[in-house]
Amino acid sequence: MTGHFPMRQIIDDHGNLLDESYKKDLNEELVHRLYFHMYRIRTFDLKAKSLQRQGRIGTYPPFEGQEAAQVGSALALGDDDWMFPTYRDHGAMLTFGANMMRTFLYWNGRVEGCVPPEGKKIFPAAVPIATQLPHAAGAAWAEKKKGTKNISIAYFGDGATSEGDFHEGMNFASVFQTPTIFFNQNNQYAISVPIDRQMNSETIAQKSVSYGIPGVRIDGNDCFVVYLETKKAIERARNGGGPTLIEAVTWRTGAHTTADDPTKYRNKEQGADVVDPIVRLERFMKNNGYWDEKKTNSIHEELKVEVEQAVEAMESYPKANVEDLFDHVYANPPEQLLRQKELYMEQLRR
Amino acid sequence: MPVMSYIQAVTSALKEEMQRDEKVFVLGEDVGKKGGVFRATDGLYDEFGEYRALDTPLAESAIAGVGIGAAMYGMRPVAEMQFADFIMPAVNQIISEAARIRYRSNNDWNCPITIRAPYGGGVHGALYHSQSVEAVFANQPGLKIVMPSTPYDAKGLLKAAIRDNDPVLFFEHKRAYRLLKGEVPEDDYVLPIGKADVKREGSDITIITYGLCVHFALQAAEKLAEEGIDAHILDLRTVYPLDQEAIIEAAKKTGKVLLITEDNKEGSIISEVAAIISEHCLFDLDAPIQRLAGPDVPAMPYAPTMEKYFMMNPDKVEKAMRELAEF
Repeated sequence: MTGHFPMRQIIDDHGNLLDESYKKDLNEELVHRLYFHMYRIRTFDLKAKSLQRQGRIGTYPPFEGQEAAQVGSALALGDDDWMFPTYRDHGAMLTFGANMMRTFLYWNGRVEGCVPPEGKKIFPAAVPIATQLPHAAGAAWAEKKKGTKNISIAYFGDGATSEGDFHEGMNFASVFQTPTIFFNQNNQYAISVPIDRQMNSETIAQKSVSYGIPGVRIDGNDCFVVYLETKKAIERARNGGGPTLIEAVTWRTGAHTTADDPTKYRNKEQGADVVDPIVRLERFMKNNGYWDEKKTNSIHEELKVEVEQAVEAMESYPKANVEDLFDHVYANPPEQLLRQKELYMEQLRR
Repeated sequence: MPVMSYIQAVTSALKEEMQRDEKVFVLGEDVGKKGGVFRATDGLYDEFGEYRALDTPLAESAIAGVGIGAAMYGMRPVAEMQFADFIMPAVNQIISEAARIRYRSNNDWNCPITIRAPYGGGVHGALYHSQSVEAVFANQPGLKIVMPSTPYDAKGLLKAAIRDNDPVLFFEHKRAYRLLKGEVPEDDYVLPIGKADVKREGSDITIITYGLCVHFALQAAEKLAEEGIDAHILDLRTVYPLDQEAIIEAAKKTGKVLLITEDNKEGSIISEVAAIISEHCLFDLDAPIQRLAGPDVPAMPYAPTMEKYFMMNPDKVEKAMRELAEF
């Protein structure tokens, strides 16, 4: 089946353009936007990891190595589209417009961190696996029914393809031809379980055949192919062409979370040949006259400042109020819950 | 007797049962090579190989369902749900199938599966790594739900669960894994499923609880003993079906009953315990039955103050015990 679903690439590991016909699609603005956002979320990710080590935030699932997949796909979205991310997709969320201070706040255990900026349709990250796929079909179905051109994108990993909700969401979307992009980041590992233990299929993209929808397998570490193929699928969805399954092949550079130790199940050689997606883009930029050392350094500085300021704002955010524990269980809290709250507060004051 | 942690007791029960009976195998996410996210299945992959420490695809319904199929065939599967919170996709298999197989086949088939899952909070697990799910299953005839409170009980009851001819849900408090240590015999032993256990004899007040809360109650009881309050502590051990006789006996013993759970209050295991006591002990009670439980909000926020506030702890238990004693 890999024959039917060859992995599409636009640039190789050395940053060389593999197909000149793509040249028209790549312009300076796009190249710099991709670089800016990939470097931005990398800076965020490394900072988050170090904050966790210092005990300043909680357990954290790094997305290092998946920047091209997350940025390329998120930049292809329109402002009014829907995003249904997982806990490892904060890079995509930040790129789509999530607030960085709030993102840190989320990883510090605060529900306030799930609130997107006004008007941004970003769902709270799904922690149970694959539950967000039917949601993405549902939101897109509602947009279709309403007659808008808005689409939804669901992010999910390779492990999620084993869950029932994967099938149910894909099937529903295909039956009702909802404008949904099922964006899979195949990072090869679900905690300790490698992809060949997850499925017997050669590719995830080929699963699209069973739903009668378009499927494409792309190099998830090539930001250009991610951006252009996602854009293509989005345009099709917007114009009534229904859902698409995209398999972005990438690599989880680090651990599943900061609580995981991958040396228990992966050896050092694994992934050694994977070229960092940011390095790949840098090489392309250098090869093609897009690289400006001075400008790059100033971007790095600018992003460092942004991240530091976000951390500072997160850390000076008002502490959680115990009283809030009882809020937002229902739109209208039942009497007994209000009484329970009163009683708890009374005990606390004693 | 060697001293071991709660999680070591779980691991050694699994290991010994796998050595004793080759029909016993474990399956679940990351239980093989990695040895489980909490390392409960540590070493099983090396000793018994990949087919008896089976790393499965990420699909809880299949982990339960495949286990059920193998159990009906005659195997002794021990399925692991990585976190009790993630048992939800498997609920259909557990309730619609495992719980009903014996009944709907007129006793022709049975389903000797054990399903293990770490539950409970206090480990900064947030909304999806902290829940107590026992009440979800505690009105499903055909199931047994075991929730041990000590390393000794964990080992003896897990062995009993594996040897049981009906499906058993076995919930282990994840904070107990490394917090609790205790003596565990070297010899093979099993403890009876369906039987509660008196963890402390006392004459002033009765505490009925299970899981990690037993530990909190014991700690509080030691403190209160210095004030002359003598607590009787009954550990349910099996929360479904309940050991009614032991509950009634413990309640009658002091006439003052405090029920404790970490779970949300309404519809919890202890609500059923309260119903049993009110049915059988009306004239033996000297105080209203007290319930100390988590608040009725989703379990549980992660923000430090909130998690601490939601969680049960020895102070909360001590306060409730003293209030009851003074009633």
